[in-house]
Amino acid sequence: MREKVIMTADEIRRALVRVAHEVAERNRGGQDLLFVGIRTRGVPIARRLASYISDFEGIEPPTGSLDIGLYRDDVTSGVNPVLRQTDIPGNVNGKRVVLVDDVLFTGRSLRAAMDAVMDFGRPAQIQLAVLVDRGHRELPVRADYVGKNIPTSRSEEVRVRLRETDGEDLVAILEQGAE
Amino acid sequence: MAVSRVVEERPAPSELLGTEPRRQHVLDLDDFSAAEIEQTLETADAMAEVLGRQIRKVPTLRGRTIVTLFYEPSTRTRASFEQAGKILSADVINLTSSESSSRKGESLVDTARTLEAMGADIIVLRHSMSGAPYLVARHTSISVINAGDGWHAHPTQALLDLHTIKQRFKRIQGLKVVIVGDILHSRVARSNVWGLRTMGADVTLCGPPTLLPTDVLEAFGKAPGGLAIETDLDTALDGADVVMALRIQHERQTAGLLPSVREYIRCYQVNEERMGRAKETALVMHPGPMNDGVEISHGLAHGARSLVESQVTNGVAVRMALLYMLASPGVES
Repeated sequence: MREKVIMTADEIRRALVRVAHEVAERNRGGQDLLFVGIRTRGVPIARRLASYISDFEGIEPPTGSLDIGLYRDDVTSGVNPVLRQTDIPGNVNGKRVVLVDDVLFTGRSLRAAMDAVMDFGRPAQIQLAVLVDRGHRELPVRADYVGKNIPTSRSEEVRVRLRETDGEDLVAILEQGAE
Repeated sequence: MAVSRVVEERPAPSELLGTEPRRQHVLDLDDFSAAEIEQTLETADAMAEVLGRQIRKVPTLRGRTIVTLFYEPSTRTRASFEQAGKILSADVINLTSSESSSRKGESLVDTARTLEAMGADIIVLRHSMSGAPYLVARHTSISVINAGDGWHAHPTQALLDLHTIKQRFKRIQGLKVVIVGDILHSRVARSNVWGLRTMGADVTLCGPPTLLPTDVLEAFGKAPGGLAIETDLDTALDGADVVMALRIQHERQTAGLLPSVREYIRCYQVNEERMGRAKETALVMHPGPMNDGVEISHGLAHGARSLVESQVTNGVAVRMALLYMLASPGVES
């Protein structure tokens, strides 16, 4: 199996810095902002966005993490599901919640994540930031901030690796059968 | 410019998936690996977050039906399964033997098949006969959770005990756990021996010789944690981290297994004075219901060293974790 590199570490950094600027611009410099990273890889991306905003705005928005396991409707897999800690700091009421994920694909995870956030209260807005939008939506969901649009075929696999979880920063497409 | 490199074929790593094959039943802890226990406790930890919310309800098990079928009385186990199921949005039906057709002579397997035909997804079964849940698991295709069968097993109690210990000590491995009382008739002790030793704790079973199983060392076989038998409580408590007192049933006295309750208290009651033999940081547990002042002193049971209340609170989270494992729609691989 071959892996085609789509974004290098530098490209990921530049894309996320730009997204952080866009988020700050749309949200009055980051006031009332709450980043919520969707587990697993949305969490470190959310932390990076918050830290970039703190670099150029001087305030670091709070960051939470969300496991959407309790809200999913996906098919059963062959292993026991494991639920990890969800941690939403403070109160979401009146906040501008920015959900953060690594890849936007069918939109189903996002639907689950929005349901989960609504269970914590009534945010003023929910926005969505993703590192990669690969298309093939099955629900009416769109991202407000996109690191990179990557046209893919449905059978291809987009793999995101991050320093915090995988030891390196990389976005790649796995090409089936290109051996 | 496309950079290509060859990688080995392997599934995308995800911390959201377990590593253990999907489980259908929870009958005892003898078929749980350390990894599976670890993952169950981690899921229970995440469930505790839901219990701390203002609105304690998530949609996870919408449209699933859980039946609690209890042929023996119970407060905490039945109530905590019902609570766990309802917080996860499952429909929960509670049946007790006095209300079920067993009164009219229907067999356990026929009752279970009827519930299966009605679309129940999980049966939570308590029965006075050891092995009853295995019978139901073999003769139906429904998921079975053993909520206590005779003298045999009580795996959900043992898991909540493990969870409570892990919460306080941040580990289970290497701890010395002493289980005191009527070991012979205790399903709680048996399941705890499996779970604790799998997780690497050293277990000492202590009680009057008439209430200790004789073949225990062979019966439990090899595990990472050690297993010892001791009839003298002071010796058993030496250096203990956790002391579990078991309920003494008064019927044991009529059966001639105990000289008298007073004698039992003198030799085997876990109290403040005796806890002096254990480590300074040692804590006490009791699966309930307690005979306050018999197997455990009143002061100890309700004092700062008692984990009894945490055990009850953790019972709901652990049972939510098990229901989630057995009946959730699952995650994409």
